[in-house]
Amino acid sequence: MNPRLPNSLRTGPDERGHFGNFGGRFVAETLMPLILDLEKAYAAAKADPAFQAEMNGYLKDYVGRPSPLYFAERLTEHLGGARIYLKREELNHTGSHKVNNVLGQIMVARRMGKKRIIAETGAGQHGVATATLCARFGLECVVYMGAVDVARQAPNVFRMEMLGAKVVPVQSGTRTLKDAMNEALRDWVTNVHNTFYCIGTVAGPHPYPMMVRDFQSVIGEETRKQMQEAEGRLPDSLVACIGGGSNAMGLFHPFLDDPSVEIFGVEAAGHGLTQLHAASIAGGRPGVLHGNRTYLLMDDDGQIQDAHSISAGLDYPGIGPEHSWLHETGRVTYLSATDDEALAAFMLLSRLEGIPPALESAHAIAKVTELAPKRPKEHLMVVNLSGRGDKDIPQITEILKGRKQ
Amino acid sequence: MTTRIDARFAELAKEGRSALVTFLMAGDPDPKTSLDIVKALPKAGADIIEIGMPFTDPMADGPSIQAAGLRALKGGMTLKKTLEMVRGFRKEDDTTPLVLMGYYNPIYIYGVDKFLNDARTAGVDGLIIVDLPPEEDDELCIPALKAGLNFIRLATPTTDDKRLPAVLANTSGFVYYVSITGITGAAAADSKVVGDAVARIKRHTKLPVCVGFGIRTPQAARRIAEKANGVVVGTALVDALRDSLDTQGQATTKTVAAVADLVASLAQGVRGAKQAAE
Repeated sequence: MNPRLPNSLRTGPDERGHFGNFGGRFVAETLMPLILDLEKAYAAAKADPAFQAEMNGYLKDYVGRPSPLYFAERLTEHLGGARIYLKREELNHTGSHKVNNVLGQIMVARRMGKKRIIAETGAGQHGVATATLCARFGLECVVYMGAVDVARQAPNVFRMEMLGAKVVPVQSGTRTLKDAMNEALRDWVTNVHNTFYCIGTVAGPHPYPMMVRDFQSVIGEETRKQMQEAEGRLPDSLVACIGGGSNAMGLFHPFLDDPSVEIFGVEAAGHGLTQLHAASIAGGRPGVLHGNRTYLLMDDDGQIQDAHSISAGLDYPGIGPEHSWLHETGRVTYLSATDDEALAAFMLLSRLEGIPPALESAHAIAKVTELAPKRPKEHLMVVNLSGRGDKDIPQITEILKGRKQ
Repeated sequence: MTTRIDARFAELAKEGRSALVTFLMAGDPDPKTSLDIVKALPKAGADIIEIGMPFTDPMADGPSIQAAGLRALKGGMTLKKTLEMVRGFRKEDDTTPLVLMGYYNPIYIYGVDKFLNDARTAGVDGLIIVDLPPEEDDELCIPALKAGLNFIRLATPTTDDKRLPAVLANTSGFVYYVSITGITGAAAADSKVVGDAVARIKRHTKLPVCVGFGIRTPQAARRIAEKANGVVVGTALVDALRDSLDTQGQATTKTVAAVADLVASLAQGVRGAKQAAE
């Protein structure tokens, strides 16, 4: 293991929200008092056994946790190496890992007396989770979504509206996730007195990266326990896709201090790393955007560049700050998969296991097909199946139709 | 150390009037027109000039200013060229205070020390960086103060009395009071509410207090000028500039005058106000 690493990688961030050089609170003054209030409210909730008990109750009976850890026998046979397990976050209510975080944040918002919830969404999974829990708790819900994403994720837009949320198509900038986040921040600046901003990933100003990670860590904690039960020991490697990186952070965090566990994050390489892509670590460098310092795609003048991925959920020019730190410390290895590799992985998992993965998760599966054959048969590999592919089927159908013509 | 900003407020205090602070985006719609406009501003009645540093993702700005930034970037504007523009202005005017306003990332990428040195030698007097709250003062605010540049902080309606001292601690030049919780170009604040807020801030600092966001007309400027040491107008000027462009978004013969005329009428509004006794 890397000798530069501190004794524990699980204690961050520091009191100012920094993971090494990353993180922080880079926001307009209007938001600072609210962010400081949120930090206090979250610290109090975290320390309150009643909050934890209530949350665990909803996780079990409303979300449907624990999600299974499933041995993918046919995928394992096909690849001929490591024993591959799928952590089935796609079986959660709303169809992805997003619900874990949204439940936590909505419960904090309720403690803070906020009645209006805003969120940004790319693929729509975070938006659907937020709309769902706002319906459950009777809260007003507004979801910002890039106009391009509204067009390519129609089933999720319909679901959000059916759940009573207002979906606002964002026409500015590249009309994707980054612009949805800008618009949500503008709404928050304007309506800060009654509004809670439910951020969908491990990014944004402190305490969001920490708070979202904590809520998602249920994934890794369950995985530890389930792997002990299934195989009597820890997994040897973990693989997860990264956009902002919340499903990955949730799986990784409980294993960061276990040096025997290899950890891989998979970014979206789009058309390839020398062309349009969304791989912030592979193709970016540290900068400041959306409230935190982290790896970003930008030009020489510090202007943010357009990201591209076949998956709307990964189509973001940044990454959570804790990932940037884990990259620089060398604890996590960041790889990338192209649009085509993700599509092939989508087909492979659908046909071998009867599980169509979300296009996001398909990026992780794509790298599993490279990593697993090189590992011995006793190697235990866990890949996070962060969401289900139903939402992507219309888009994939269009792409395949286009290729046949 | 006295800066151009301090000197200008001292003069205005003698005249017994408030400052007109004007904002425009550097390089909007192209570098040459933008410099021509900035050169025309002091004659039109601007007391302090704020120049926006274009950024792709201006989270606290409204659609008008975001569009101005994107026009400028499309025209090839960079942070380096913004500093060149300041140098161009300083060849003719060595007294009007110039403040750069924008977001941190382009400065961070340029390099903080290099930026501060280049900005100072170009003739920049102060900085307003929207996404650097006092919690991140180590990044730029403290180095800027050491380099002899004013670091002007935003105070907002959400900045309560408990937080104000932290916001004001390393602020210099003036305090920029954002009169509404919202983005630039949004609805105007009530002048009574603004007056109360300015009085509240003045209990904590001797610095001049300028008020911005939502001020578009000479009448509104006059009402705010009665309560504050300065009135900041941005979106209305950016809109006047935009409306003067041709269908391709290029400057026309009307562009410089469109902005200068509006500044002149705003200056009349500001000059017509009697500053409340302090």
